[in-house]
Amino acid sequence: MCQCAEKQPHDETTRRRVMEAFLGGGILATLASFLYPVIRFMIPPPVADLGGSEVVAAKAADMKPNSGKIFRFGSRPGLLIMTADGTYKALSATCTHLGCTVQYRPDMHEVWCACHNGTYDVNGRNISGPPPRPLDAYDVHLRGDDIVVSRKQEG
Amino acid sequence: MSVFTAIYRWIDDRLHLDDILEFLRHKVVPIHSLSYWYFFGGMTLLLFIIQVITGILLLLYYHAGASEAFESVQYIMTQVQFGWLIRSIHSWSANLMILTAFAHMFSVVFLKAYRKPREMTWVSGMLLLFLVMGFGFSGYLLPWNTLAFFATKVGTEMAGQVPIVGHPLMVFLRGGDEVTGATLTRFFGFHVAVLPGIVTVLIAIHLFLVLRQGMSVPPKVELEWEAHPESRKEMRFFPNFALRETMAWYVVIGILGALAAIFPWNLGVKADPFISAPAGIKPEWYFLFMFQTLKLIPSKVWFIDGEVLGILGCSLVALLWTLLPFFEGDKPSNTKRWITGVSIFALFYMIGMTIYGYLAK
Repeated sequence: MCQCAEKQPHDETTRRRVMEAFLGGGILATLASFLYPVIRFMIPPPVADLGGSEVVAAKAADMKPNSGKIFRFGSRPGLLIMTADGTYKALSATCTHLGCTVQYRPDMHEVWCACHNGTYDVNGRNISGPPPRPLDAYDVHLRGDDIVVSRKQEG
Repeated sequence: MSVFTAIYRWIDDRLHLDDILEFLRHKVVPIHSLSYWYFFGGMTLLLFIIQVITGILLLLYYHAGASEAFESVQYIMTQVQFGWLIRSIHSWSANLMILTAFAHMFSVVFLKAYRKPREMTWVSGMLLLFLVMGFGFSGYLLPWNTLAFFATKVGTEMAGQVPIVGHPLMVFLRGGDEVTGATLTRFFGFHVAVLPGIVTVLIAIHLFLVLRQGMSVPPKVELEWEAHPESRKEMRFFPNFALRETMAWYVVIGILGALAAIFPWNLGVKADPFISAPAGIKPEWYFLFMFQTLKLIPSKVWFIDGEVLGILGCSLVALLWTLLPFFEGDKPSNTKRWITGVSIFALFYMIGMTIYGYLAK
């Protein structure tokens, strides 16, 4: 049995290494099995988009020329504008710079973001300040007294 | 030189970590036939850590409020991935923690570990036990289900029975005269902010005392070791004891995981202040022995209200129990027999009353 006597120091280290690998591996595997459900738990479940593709933004009787109104489009705000000449425009109200909600400025006849002084024209084109892109524009049509806003059809 | 060595050197240069490590290297733990009872303290600590982690996770989705609390827990259990598991672990771990805390307390009592110089460790431990029961009581209300609603009503009503301070205390706990959404808001605050803060500080003190004074040796073993110094046995805290503790923790994790997965915790029915209490309603098992005791006291004892007598009696017993070390001398030979007798009686009384409470109508 003890032919191994002279080899013992070497065997001892190998055995120790193997045991340490088992121990460390076991603890790591345990931590991984804890971490997996925890990470999955932290990912929020998807929220159903309540929006659909069209919404009644306002009643025609409630809108005055040269004014704007924020409306709810799905889970995000939209901006409905009645220009001074009486045409309706609908835009996304989320500023393309850092996501603040923009407003219509009757004195400037422009869309303005209070957070960093960005401006857009009534068609949503970014004309001054930090916004990098135009606001998304939506289709507007009248259905009786309702002003209906819908997403632009592709093409 | 590896990055880790470099970082270690940098910190060591400023904090002299070697002193601390030196202390750990020399720290020893006594070995004797009863050493295994020591593991309950560490197990309670592990379960507390699990409570903190799963509690923080539940906070990501929980809403406190009478109209949304129940729905948010329902959401956690049905919509969030592994939500049922995290909540089930939180509930099971809470119950196991109270069980291991009681086991820890009784093992300290029977091994006489509470005596000089460890009176402060005992008192801090008893305070922790009361606070842990406060955690259980306040956390039980948070899902806002029928059982929780009535348990809170009864529990706070009992606090209201205490002479003089009772009523103001009840109003303070409830945030009004009735159990409402205001109570839920308060209990939520106690459960996630007030209690964790106090408990963390007390645990730090408790652990510091244990590290500083070392683990106690039961008087019988101590006497034997003094008579035969060569029979004294010790192991190093690190790694020997730490590895044994890790094994105990694995056992706890295994039991906890199995319970949580095989018996997921129920949510029950949403609380409604305008329905009758369901038949067979009982408090959580760790309050059952007190509940059953109060049930057995007649409504009038001489001229005192039975309820008041019971509550004051229980409080007095809890106070005397907290002061236990101060009833006994500091020499192993001074062991007072009656304390052992009372401890054995207390253990069997609690177990007996709990079983009786379960079986009683």
